Amino acid sequence: MKAGASISGAVMFLLLGVRPAAAPAPIGGPGRIVTVRITIHHSAFSPRHLRVADGSLVAFHVTNTDPIDHELIVGDQATQDRVERGDEPDHHARGQVSVAAGASASTYYVFGGQRWWQFGCHLPGHWAYGMRGTIEVARR
Amino acid sequence: MSRMRWARAVLGTLMAGVVAWQAGPAGACGGLVAPNGAVRLVRTTTLAAWHAGYEHYVTSFQFDGDGAEFGSIVPLPGIPTKVEKGGSWTLQRLEREVQPPVATAAASSGVGEAGSATVILQTHVDALELTVLKGGGGAVGQWAKANGFLLTPDAPELLDYYARHSLIFLAARFDAAQARARGQQFGDGTPVHLTIPLPKPWVPLRILTLGQRPSDPVSADVFVLTDLRPTIHLPEVGARVARSQPASSQLLGDLRADQGMQWVPDRMWLTYVAIDAPALQINADLVVAGPPRPPARSARPTPRPPTTLAPTTTSTAPTTAPPTTAGPVLDAAPLLAGPAHRTTEPSGGAVLVALLLLALCGGGVARTLRR
Repeated sequence: MKAGASISGAVMFLLLGVRPAAAPAPIGGPGRIVTVRITIHHSAFSPRHLRVADGSLVAFHVTNTDPIDHELIVGDQATQDRVERGDEPDHHARGQVSVAAGASASTYYVFGGQRWWQFGCHLPGHWAYGMRGTIEVARR
Repeated sequence: MSRMRWARAVLGTLMAGVVAWQAGPAGACGGLVAPNGAVRLVRTTTLAAWHAGYEHYVTSFQFDGDGAEFGSIVPLPGIPTKVEKGGSWTLQRLEREVQPPVATAAASSGVGEAGSATVILQTHVDALELTVLKGGGGAVGQWAKANGFLLTPDAPELLDYYARHSLIFLAARFDAAQARARGQQFGDGTPVHLTIPLPKPWVPLRILTLGQRPSDPVSADVFVLTDLRPTIHLPEVGARVARSQPASSQLLGDLRADQGMQWVPDRMWLTYVAIDAPALQINADLVVAGPPRPPARSARPTPRPPTTLAPTTTSTAPTTAPPTTAGPVLDAAPLLAGPAHRTTEPSGGAVLVALLLLALCGGGVARTLRR
């Protein structure tokens, strides 16, 4: 009986333990400016997922710790596809910035409209290597 | 077929194998491809031999394409005391040892620390400019970038990985224009021989995946010659000891007759490691360790002199199972504790390297080409 109770307790504990975690509260808000610090190390972004409130202006401060150049390109899928095709010599548009090896750089983007956005690096082979992340826009 | 014609036939086969990314007899290969594909490091073939406390690392750099330059970076286990032109037939002779040509007419077709890397040694071998560097992964990467090497996105992690084991790297820059001026032809290789004092040999295999996608096949042959029969740990999948036997006196004699190979003793143990797997599976290095079984460990002798090695028989047939000949064991401890190693051979020995690298193109070319 004791063993049965223990097993039931363990099952309950496990059930409670696997309860889905609540999504993190979105940062920012309409008209608000928030700063997000992104680190690039070993050709990977950290963090790789962001959740922002609809209408937020997000200032991205990117630090590249690698000995190779990278870039941060924020935008929808069409933007990512266009940049991946590669006909832009450099990045000066909103939400796009080149980050030299061992350097830092900043850009900003205003999120609104669609729910899912992406960011990544499109230097040769970097996107395919997995150098990308997602941004979820949370509506109120 | 003359020796030279035979060698060219083998090289042709190797080139075809690499361009098509096929598995099969080949030299240790890998490296990165320049973004435009015009210049690519095609292959390096490697012998890692350890004798009397010295690692003898012989590899050959070959190239394809019509670009200006390309190069590679190779992790080394220590600072070489000598960097010189390798012999003309050592690598081809080893290939023949494990893949004897068929005697028919058809056979003829056939750790990201900051700071600067320190340049320890610079020399030239034909059209190759060789630089031995000391520094962390980040520093070596910065040096490579500043010197026109194109580093693929996986390079920072791999450089850091190897820098945790050794801070020594070899950067090889191949000037294609100079090679052509010297009369070198498409597919010609430039052998390089490094002599490295090394108490505990090792053979990096992960470097073979540099610049590869996870599903890309990696094919390589790594030849290991040691004074004694080695105990070798390999990645769990995709690498196998295809041959483990006393090196024949004929093989050793042929190697000894080549340039810079007079150090080859009368008796050595030949281990042939064949690698054929998706890049994702080559997640560890080749490690030479002491014998896994306590009785053998307790009985192991000192690694020298090589004349304590008794076996004299020779087999030319590839085998997947090691021979049962019990030889003396090399006193070598594992250097790398890879996550997926298995012991494939009982008994001791020693080793070194395979590897590869980073393709390079002239400064700024990568950026120009991609847009």
